[in-house]
Amino acid sequence: MSVIVFAETRDQQYKKSTLEAVSYGKEIAQKTGGKVIAVSMGNASDPSLLGNYGADEVITLHSDTFSAFSPEIYAAAFADICKNLGGKTIIISNTYSGKSMAGRVAVLLQAALATNVVDYPDTTSGFRIKRGVFSGKAFAYVDLQSETKVLAITPNSVEIKTYGTTAAVSAHQPAALPASATRIESTQTVSGKVPLTEAEIVVSAGRGMKGPENWHMVEELANSLGAATACSKPVSDMHWRPHSEHVGQTGITIKPNLYIAIGISGAIQHLAGVSSSKVIVVINKDAEAPFFKAADYGIVGDALEVLPKLIQAAKTATAG
Amino acid sequence: MKVLVCMSVVPDTTTKITFTNNDTTFNTQGVQFIMNPYDELALTKALDIAEPVGGAVTIIHVGTADAEPAIRKALSMGATDAVRINAAPTDAQFVAEQIAAYAQDKAFDFIMTGRESIDYNGGAVCGLLGALLGIPSINVITQLSVTDKTAHLERDIDGGRETLTCSLPFVASAQKDLCEPRIPNMRGIMAARTKPLQAVEPIASANHAVYSRFELPQPKQGVRMISADNPEELLHLLRNEAKVI
Ligand SMILES: Cc1cc2nc3c(=O)[nH]c(=O)nc-3n(C[C@H](O)[C@H](O)[C@H](O)COP(=O)(O)OP(=O)(O)OC[C@H]3O[C@@H](n4cnc5c(N)ncnc54)[C@H](O)[C@@H]3O)c2cc1C
Ligand SMILES: Nc1ncnc2c1ncn2[C@@H]1O[C@H](COP(=O)(O)O)[C@@H](O)[C@H]1O
Repeated sequence: MSVIVFAETRDQQYKKSTLEAVSYGKEIAQKTGGKVIAVSMGNASDPSLLGNYGADEVITLHSDTFSAFSPEIYAAAFADICKNLGGKTIIISNTYSGKSMAGRVAVLLQAALATNVVDYPDTTSGFRIKRGVFSGKAFAYVDLQSETKVLAITPNSVEIKTYGTTAAVSAHQPAALPASATRIESTQTVSGKVPLTEAEIVVSAGRGMKGPENWHMVEELANSLGAATACSKPVSDMHWRPHSEHVGQTGITIKPNLYIAIGISGAIQHLAGVSSSKVIVVINKDAEAPFFKAADYGIVGDALEVLPKLIQAAKTATAG
Repeated sequence: MKVLVCMSVVPDTTTKITFTNNDTTFNTQGVQFIMNPYDELALTKALDIAEPVGGAVTIIHVGTADAEPAIRKALSMGATDAVRINAAPTDAQFVAEQIAAYAQDKAFDFIMTGRESIDYNGGAVCGLLGALLGIPSINVITQLSVTDKTAHLERDIDGGRETLTCSLPFVASAQKDLCEPRIPNMRGIMAARTKPLQAVEPIASANHAVYSRFELPQPKQGVRMISADNPEELLHLLRNEAKVI
């Protein structure tokens, strides 16, 4: 009855979403019994630290092929170890890489699959999960009926819990892996920046910023708060910002603790992607902008005038 | 060249989402259904690759006959023919199993899906199909070209982008930057009327998941306004009241 967690890394460090996934696994194991086993593929600097977040054991798998991420190879190796360990509940982060392997893992284990999971399951009778649907406009409760379940947990959905323990680490040999049909030619990552989908604070701006030349203020505010930056669809359509920053119904759905929307009107398609944010701040020069209805805090004013003052205040506040 | 493009049919993006029957059923009253926006990109890219080499692009949809206007739109964009698996889908796994059963023996050079359907947002069909058919799956691609049985792709990864190659066949899911969606022209719309749209009965498939209930997000308590001259107060509230910084 073990709960198996896929421990995703970036630059050999466990991501915040991985710690959430381990804590999530622990919560389930406490209800359904069984151990929490974290599986770490490739090189991670300190596997034993996952114990502090609820892992009873950590299994590390090493292979040269793991240096490049291939959903087929990762899913094959991970599903194989899940089978060997008798894992019935499989936890993966709902990140780009996590989501791209979750479906394959579910097929290999003949499991039920639920992506976009935003809360702990209800196991009082059966196994009922809560997932985001209609791009954040609603939630669905879904009963997973197969004995084995693969859950992909949306980052920033559950709290990280600590237990003050370390986990036993053992290295396993991966099963014979298929040759990958894909070959990675090059990877470009923006280092030192929080990825949007995992950020706790997001500073986002729209057409009200007037032009890309004003975005340095958005970035400065984001930097002073340790936030990621995002934008509305027209802003990325006009190439003021890269499309990877576009949030909303046809962009990325996010749920940070704090979403600051500057010069964004609050169209239904935009709100869809951000309304799960815990706290929303809206800055808009139009007091009638629809976004204020979805906000917790609001400032009516010209962004180009408010931002310098806000940046100053944020720098003072975060320095103290 | 033979390409298969999977399409879902979803509520128009302006739809106000509501539920009926004690929140167990999505209320389709007055809702306009459209071709999933990401699938327009998937189809456009497939056409751009197949047309110059005289290839064929088949559209596949798992769903009821209500979807036929949306399928005709895909045909009017340029798809060669369409297949509808005649079943109301229960979840992404059901959809993927139906499509895999159809595609199994048809030797498609590659298969395209959208990044996610904007109704149930599973983002799952691409990976499921890859595993069911035993071929590579490449999610959220922003570039694709095919030369000599090799595909050159770019995909979004967490915090960046990756360039890769892949041998055929494979399945990939379309992300926003892939291309601009084609707008059907008059000739396309006329031609679509007579293009083949075949209905196929579903295979038996296990039901892994049952949607039991829906819920709308909690409405906000009301907005607290702060003077534009006092951003310090905003930061103070965010730190001490909301506790988010
Ligand atoms: C099929 C479809 C899908 C879509 N998907 C998305 C999506 O995923 N995400 C998305 O964001 N949109 C999406 N949209 C577009 C959406 O409908 C809106 O058009 C868009 O969100 C508006 O962007 P905006 O708020 O930046 O611009 P605008 O609507 O132009 O709003 C600009 C706002 O800035 C304010 N403003 C102007 N000047 C200033 C200033 N100096 N200081 C402060 N405030 C100022 C104005 O009062 C206004 O409220 C979609 C639309 C369609 C049809
Ligand atoms: N009912 C369906 N019929 C055919 N293809 C579908 C269907 N549902 C989803 N898809 C495809 O799978 C993609 C991802 O959908 P999903 O995994 O449901 O988010 C969509 O963009 C479509 O390409």
